[in-house]
Amino acid sequence: MSGTSKAMAERVKLRVNGAETAVEADPASPLLGVLRETLGLTGSRFGCGAGLCGACFVLIDGHAVPSCDTPLWAAAGKEVTTVEGLGTPEHPHPLQQAFIDEQAMQCGYCVSGILMSAAALLRRNADPSEAEVREVLDRNLCRCGAHNRMVRAVLKAAREMGAA
Amino acid sequence: MSATTQQGKALPGSLAANPLLAQWLRFKPEGTVEVSPGKVEIGQGILTALTQIVADELDVEPARVKLKVASTAGSPNEGVTSGSLSVQQCGIALRHACAEARAMFLAAAAERLGVEAGTLAVEDGTIVGPENARTSYWELAGFVSLDVPASGKAAPKPAAARRHTGHSAARVDIPDKVFGRPRYIHDLKLPRMLHGRVLRPQARGAALVALNEEAARTVAGFVALARDGNFVGVLAETEAAAERCLALLRSGAEWRGGEEFPDEAKLTDWLKSQPVETKTVDSRETARAGSPAGRMRRQYSRPFIAHGSIAPSCALARWSGSGVHVWTHSQGIYNLRAELAAVLKLPLEEVVVEHAEGAGCYGHNGADDVALDAALLARAADGRPVRVLWTREDELTRAPFGAAMAVEIEAELDGEGEILRWRHELWSNGHAARPGRGSNPVLLAASELAEPFPRVVSTNPPLPAGGAERNAVPIYDLPAWDIVSHRLLVMPVRVSALRSLGAFANVFAIESFIDELAAERGEDPVAFRLRHLGNPRARAVLEAAAGRAGWGSRRGGEGTGYGVALARYKNMGAYCAVVAEVEGEEDIRVRRLVLAVDVGEVINPDGVKNQIEGGAIQATSWTLKEAVRFDRTRITSDNWEDYPILKFSEVPAVEVEILSRPEEPPMGAGEAAQGPVAGAIANAVFDALGVRVRSLPITRDNIIAAMELS
Repeated sequence: MSGTSKAMAERVKLRVNGAETAVEADPASPLLGVLRETLGLTGSRFGCGAGLCGACFVLIDGHAVPSCDTPLWAAAGKEVTTVEGLGTPEHPHPLQQAFIDEQAMQCGYCVSGILMSAAALLRRNADPSEAEVREVLDRNLCRCGAHNRMVRAVLKAAREMGAA
Repeated sequence: MSATTQQGKALPGSLAANPLLAQWLRFKPEGTVEVSPGKVEIGQGILTALTQIVADELDVEPARVKLKVASTAGSPNEGVTSGSLSVQQCGIALRHACAEARAMFLAAAAERLGVEAGTLAVEDGTIVGPENARTSYWELAGFVSLDVPASGKAAPKPAAARRHTGHSAARVDIPDKVFGRPRYIHDLKLPRMLHGRVLRPQARGAALVALNEEAARTVAGFVALARDGNFVGVLAETEAAAERCLALLRSGAEWRGGEEFPDEAKLTDWLKSQPVETKTVDSRETARAGSPAGRMRRQYSRPFIAHGSIAPSCALARWSGSGVHVWTHSQGIYNLRAELAAVLKLPLEEVVVEHAEGAGCYGHNGADDVALDAALLARAADGRPVRVLWTREDELTRAPFGAAMAVEIEAELDGEGEILRWRHELWSNGHAARPGRGSNPVLLAASELAEPFPRVVSTNPPLPAGGAERNAVPIYDLPAWDIVSHRLLVMPVRVSALRSLGAFANVFAIESFIDELAAERGEDPVAFRLRHLGNPRARAVLEAAAGRAGWGSRRGGEGTGYGVALARYKNMGAYCAVVAEVEGEEDIRVRRLVLAVDVGEVINPDGVKNQIEGGAIQATSWTLKEAVRFDRTRITSDNWEDYPILKFSEVPAVEVEILSRPEEPPMGAGEAAQGPVAGAIANAVFDALGVRVRSLPITRDNIIAAMELS
């Protein structure tokens, strides 16, 4: 039998949105599938499977990475944050509130990945320029053309966070 | 078939085809009103606009309005959510249905309270009469039957009495989307659900001559292989297993034959040398058309363009007994049902098609195709539900594209360079191959089965909407014209409706050509247009865009340029004028787009702005960057690196001015910007560089090629 066709499930420990968890999965399988299918965290989206569109971005130790292209083993033992862990309707992250305020989307499918990119940016740069926001978001694709609204929302969130 | 009022007039919007009031709304005991639209959310914000319309007409707070998911099990049949018609057809139907329901409830309340109906007012669903007499929609719901056809007698409120429409209500779907709550079809999870993937050839019509199933069958979680002729799919317990199976199937599959793709480098020549059906779609002749002193002829083109939704198409299906239930992000649930029934050889009532939101939809994409894939794979699932997701490659290569077009415009001119006669001739595949409209199924898998349906060649709906010829008739007051459409009778590259259909290339061509004529005469492009423009609403948007952009005081030169363009979408919809400001020499960057639009009555101003901004940015991407790439055997632009779209750092500033016309009928905003944006950018490039780029996209290569030509 060919070894390539058999997935070798292992127990992998993860820390997702602040909670310890363990999953039985092939450590080589993409993190996105584990988040969506095993953990039921469907806020991270599948877009291309090649890390080229940004719809699946999550934070790993504060860095925005494509979870479709990140093997499970690479996330083990690290802090994984998905859009569900960013904020809640009761306690929204300033970025989430700003996206609501600016009505910053059309279909919204790209939005959770964009929120994660922006969250990573604001962690390392609390007061980015518009050009810096755009440059960071170049890793995320939006097809509906809501870009300018999203950039406005990120700058607004940065101001809110700076004022807080 | 359409219903009429008691005066014999057709009922407004989709009420004509669905006159029963109970199909549209019901008052529920918990104090809500359940509204059942046949149009669906495709990222355009229609659910919010409909909520506003209902809240106004019934005098209830928007929070009481609950929108029911569209399903063939009960929703009104509103055809397809396309053509920027949702507000005109669905919104207007709901407005009238609600006005009628309100009048019926007021009559019932008057009787119960023993007062004149004219003395009653409605406050958030509570019906209030003199001396504090009170009842409500909900109290009376058991006594007023909405199972009656609309009479057409109740008039909706005048514009001045509306409180919700005309204002920027927040989108109802946005909170779910920023908090990552399940909302999309991709997030639906049914008990015991299996995951399916489909193996597909690279050329249309290729035959599967060898398939190695053994490796896939050894994958942990493998459930079943489904094969019907050249249609092959796999079912597995998890997505990861399904994907592993697909990869193994792909590496052991051998395909033969299939249609050869055209030579990409000679696409325009190819378009103009195929067998065609030729039609003169419009002509005009007036006494003013004299004999010419000169003529000008130019050719414009656009390549095939991909929909490129950020989510790959997805569908779920479950068989029970002899029937199948399908969940889909299709734009037309009833049409899809008809098509599925035809392919699966089932009576219509054995197929239920239910809508679930997908990612942004810009026309006829893979949504319908994947629904058939799911129904076919679910036949092998022994009653378990099956979710099928396309790959990114499928999405960029197998979904229908927007058709490539060549447009030739010729003007006969008098001694002063004034236009005497205009001829617009276009070559293109048809722009419509939507399911459920023709006699033959068009879904991708239908042509792959052991008993295949023939592959359908796209056609064009007639003007005024039109397909390839949409907006080919000029908006200008010209003495004479002939508009000729050549529809290709072969279709090696699969195409169907993409946002604005032929309007994108036709308006790009017309607005470029008008600019060339103005430049030949040394006349200001705005002044030249206004001189040929009688329509006051068209003039108003042009003047507004030019005014806001500072057209009169613009300063070009040194790699900066300004261009203008306008159109009325479908020549009967929204008016849109654009001023573009670009910079660059080899690589063009659009710095700013200023748009003025007139969509008649505005239901949600921010919704209209969002649609126009989005349309403008997407059209900028099409204009500067996008072309489906192929060699003779396959589509090669099968990932985002080979099919680049506009990035955040490349997006222009976009300003939108809405000309308010609250008393005019509403018109859709979704597609109005596409053509004018392309024209304005191309004209700005000429202003900046002195070179006319007539082949889209306006890339470095095409600019250099245009320089060499001139």
